[in-house]
Amino acid sequence: MDFVCNFPFISIILSLFSGPLCSILPGKWAKRVNGIVIIVVGILSAFVLAYVTGTGEAFIYRMGHFPAPWGNEIRIGVLEAFMGLFFCVIMLLCMVAGVREREAQIEESKQNLYYVMVNLLLCSLLALIYTNDLFTAYVFVEINTISACGLIMIRQNGRTIEAATRYMIMSLLGSGLLLLGICFLYDLTGHLLMSNIKEQVHILAQTGQYHIPLMVSVGLISVGLAMKSALYPFHAWLPDAYGYSTLSSAAILSSLVSKGYIFLLIKVFYRVVGFEILTGSKVANVLFVFGIVGMIMGSINAIQEEQITRMIAYSSVAQIGYIYMGIGLATQEGMVASIYHVISHGATKSLLFVAASGLAAASAGRTSRELVGSGYRNKLAGIAFTVGSLSMVGMPMFSGFISKLFFAQAAVGHAHKMLPTFIALAISTVLNAAYFMKMVICIYSPRYGGDTTGENTIVGRVVFMKEQPVKSVALICFIVLNVVLGLNSEPIIRLIQKGLAMFG
Amino acid sequence: MSFGNLFSNYEEAVAMILFGIGFSNLLLQKNLIKKIIGLNIMDTATYLFLALKGYIEGRKAPVVVDGVQSVEAYVNPIPSGLVLTGIVVSVSVTALMLSLTIRLYRRYHTLDLDEISTQLKKEGK
Repeated sequence: MDFVCNFPFISIILSLFSGPLCSILPGKWAKRVNGIVIIVVGILSAFVLAYVTGTGEAFIYRMGHFPAPWGNEIRIGVLEAFMGLFFCVIMLLCMVAGVREREAQIEESKQNLYYVMVNLLLCSLLALIYTNDLFTAYVFVEINTISACGLIMIRQNGRTIEAATRYMIMSLLGSGLLLLGICFLYDLTGHLLMSNIKEQVHILAQTGQYHIPLMVSVGLISVGLAMKSALYPFHAWLPDAYGYSTLSSAAILSSLVSKGYIFLLIKVFYRVVGFEILTGSKVANVLFVFGIVGMIMGSINAIQEEQITRMIAYSSVAQIGYIYMGIGLATQEGMVASIYHVISHGATKSLLFVAASGLAAASAGRTSRELVGSGYRNKLAGIAFTVGSLSMVGMPMFSGFISKLFFAQAAVGHAHKMLPTFIALAISTVLNAAYFMKMVICIYSPRYGGDTTGENTIVGRVVFMKEQPVKSVALICFIVLNVVLGLNSEPIIRLIQKGLAMFG
Repeated sequence: MSFGNLFSNYEEAVAMILFGIGFSNLLLQKNLIKKIIGLNIMDTATYLFLALKGYIEGRKAPVVVDGVQSVEAYVNPIPSGLVLTGIVVSVSVTALMLSLTIRLYRRYHTLDLDEISTQLKKEGK
């Protein structure tokens, strides 16, 4: 075994142990340790990615001394390594962009606790990506939930605590269902390792034994993970949690935390249940319906929202709907489109949050009325917000366009789902354009235009790029990332296809 | 489908009913403490189910006391291990939920989540 094969394990352990380390360090050092850990993990993931692309097949790393059916193992293919790298990049950019807000909004004594949470979050995300064991996945799902809850409530005000409580309730309902589903599967197959379960599930499917319990367990796992990733009717906590927590929390939560669960769900579909059984079951249809409802309802809620961060949060609900619609198509192309959208949404939503905070810093508040003309006052944030909005609406050249294109292509030729997908995509695009373009027009309106009362003059100050060099660099990186994803999607799509082929 | 199966597997049926009770409590109760109780019922029901599945009639707990006996003598130890892990998880999320509840109660002097939401709207921040 090559030395590189140790890297996924090292990255998990590194982020896990740097968490407790951060809790005893003073705030400044905790920040440095956290940054270094994210960078190191990112570099390690890049090495792993290069290695698996070279060998062309997934490798299994044994945790402990016991071989397959007894021991615990992690399994790394191209897609896993790429996701690890991508999550690290986004997390680093989010952390860098929100450093000033964190220092202003979090109490001095609690600064280092924030980094504990971020390290644990990174650890659990990596473990969710790499693990080949269902129960390990459950444990890390819970660690993910707890650290995400910490990220929401670290900025102490009534709204965030209430949002954290609602988040915990929804998440715990989801993890209850997930745990029950895993117990059912374990009960049916007698294994916990994903590959072993798949063999047994295959036999069960061929003989037709235990068909109903099998479907029940697949349904429980899907619904549980869908609840945790805030699919439409389970999104009540989301606007407050994203809208009122500190900037890096909002960006990380929207672009990484929910994506970890979605990735796990896709992995379960491929590696545990097997794709043929999923296609044959009705579970995918349920996800499809809720995805479509979420796409439209999320956008309608976003239109009614005046406050910019809450609007972006509701837009997340719609985008999660897109992803589940793609999974619900239950075709190879649909999955590829969904995973591409996970990546594209991750890059775009964090960009939007960072840009929105930049615009708010140049204005008196965060409502659309107060943001009038802020695009002139903070030029870079204005441009970044426009780029993010165009990408979300689905303009060619940006990443959002590619994912919409792939969703549409995946739906072509599907017997029952083609028409609903097209209609939903069309409606949702129009709605997206309605609220994002409204906001873009708002931030680029002349300063005093449209204000008839006269006394309600808009206050704000000009923010220069030099004032906040770190955030500017992060914003530029986000913009570049978006354009690169939009213009250069071919290799990534090929990588996803290759990764999915290695999944099974 | 017959009810006979339901009665012969009554332990599993009880576990599922308990799970339903816990789940609906966690989802529907307004009172935060009752929600947390619901959470605990739900988790415990899952552990009951797991423990039942690992039990084999007439065998002993897999603790070797007097020399190694044959595999046939013991029940499956893995579900017990899973239950232990699950208990650790559920204890920590319960603690977290309780601490959130204390925070909310100190701020709003009520345990009713809807009431708290209305107060938040009134604050209008």
